[in-house]
Amino acid sequence: MKANTPAERLVNGIIKENPTFVLVLGMCPTLAVTTSATNGIGMGLTTMVVLAASNLMISLLRKFIPDGVRIPAFIVVVASFVTIVQMLLQGFIPALYASLGIYIPLIVVNCIILGRAEAYASKNPPLASLFDGIGMGLGFTVSLTCIGAVRELLGAGQIFGKQILPLADAAAGKMGYEPVTIFILAPGAFFVLAFLSALQNKFKVGAAKRGIDPSNPDSCGSSCASCGNSMCKGKRG
Amino acid sequence: MEHMLNVSSNPHVRDKMTTGRIMQLVVIALLPTTLFGVWNFGLHALLVILVSVGSSVLFEWLYDHFMHKPNTITDFSAVVTGLLLGLNMPPNIPLWIPVLGSAVAIIIVKQLFGGLGQNFMNPALAGRCFLMISFAGKMTNFSVGENYKGVVDAVTGATPLAALKAQGFVESSVPVKNLFLGNIQGTIGETSALAILIGAVILLVFKVIDLKVPLTYIGSFAVFVILYMLFSGMGFDGNYLLSHLFGGGLMLGAWFMATDYVTTPITPKGQIVYGCILGIVTAVFRLFGGSAEGVSYAIIFCNLLVPIIERFTRPVAFGKGGKKA
Repeated sequence: MKANTPAERLVNGIIKENPTFVLVLGMCPTLAVTTSATNGIGMGLTTMVVLAASNLMISLLRKFIPDGVRIPAFIVVVASFVTIVQMLLQGFIPALYASLGIYIPLIVVNCIILGRAEAYASKNPPLASLFDGIGMGLGFTVSLTCIGAVRELLGAGQIFGKQILPLADAAAGKMGYEPVTIFILAPGAFFVLAFLSALQNKFKVGAAKRGIDPSNPDSCGSSCASCGNSMCKGKRG
Repeated sequence: MEHMLNVSSNPHVRDKMTTGRIMQLVVIALLPTTLFGVWNFGLHALLVILVSVGSSVLFEWLYDHFMHKPNTITDFSAVVTGLLLGLNMPPNIPLWIPVLGSAVAIIIVKQLFGGLGQNFMNPALAGRCFLMISFAGKMTNFSVGENYKGVVDAVTGATPLAALKAQGFVESSVPVKNLFLGNIQGTIGETSALAILIGAVILLVFKVIDLKVPLTYIGSFAVFVILYMLFSGMGFDGNYLLSHLFGGGLMLGAWFMATDYVTTPITPKGQIVYGCILGIVTAVFRLFGGSAEGVSYAIIFCNLLVPIIERFTRPVAFGKGGKKA
């Protein structure tokens, strides 16, 4: 896929450089607000709006911002958008606003947003930067929703607030699911994050290697001339 | 050439004490406690212990099998983990809970960090704390109902430690003699200080453990409790002190879990420091914390401090260090 096209930026943000599972950025909201799938999707979309807007703005301003003060300038841009989004949330979705709490203002210092501003938007044209922001934001949303859904399912037997697993009721003598409370609490966030990262690594690394084991030259069919694997260099000849 | 010279690299003289042998000795030392627990709480307690041990060994085998690793169940470490986990369960717990605890202990805490020798905290205690946080109600429900076929007919009400925390030592609560002998309620393995001490003597005779960690642990705990009594205006009360020493999991923790080789400092000075910190942390958790018991959390907390303790207590090599002339 051609680099820096809108489609490539979206795929890059959601899969190739997924901010949570691959770049491991923005851990504070990832671990703190993902107690349920609803919170995860809310936090992810809020961040996405801010990220897309600030990426676009910073990309437009990239020729005017002096290098020496670029971080304060980025922060000012990001903080303006966060304030706007915060007021919108407070006005129109007060329930989500209440459940995300302090983590909305904290989006200002979210390292995904500053990271993308620094690494991408300040060096690339506006359209690509906008889609980079949307892609990264969607990747963040997908990750947070996955973590939130797993935690909510294991910790309360629900997904999106809907009871999936019927709970046990000792008083009524009913058999059912016993919620594993630790998954709603802080340690559960680390457990689920680690397991989901491991899971996606398994698929991704497997696909990247395409069945070629670099330590075993025979796995490329012993024809080293056709092998592009950099780890085989030096073994050729 | 009748006698071939056997050429091999060192070490040439090996001790008979292997990991498997040490673990077997620990299992033997835990038998008095186990048997007492079964006698005290009835057959359901035996079932809990068997399920816990069985599932631990099974998870160890499954992990080795699916990760294509050498089979490690013959070193008995999974048996010890399962047994300790089982002894830390209330006697009337549903059987799926120890299975879940074994999975956390063996797979997450032990194997994912590299197996025996690499785990950063005691697997059995980590499993127990996982269950304590997840199923607080079930894990602290020591009331013994119809399942209870032990020596006491039926006991309801708070555990000795909870009563101690709520109202201090009163004559009507559990006598110290019962706390020592163990015919009280609690987790399966923690009730009888006597049975635990018999096991501890076995470990000491076979030199599996030495006295440094348990003695500094219990000693610093006792000193802290005495200071607390004196400064809180309670006055010195021997019964209160003994109830704290023999009640709850302190004895089991000090002799069997704080002495786990992997999660204890290897330097002699470090072991003393470790024991002292354990005693103080346990006392703080028990006297000032929200719940009546604090041994499990204190031990896994101090497990995390072990690398730091080792770093500061590393012995100086001969010829190095000392005062410069």
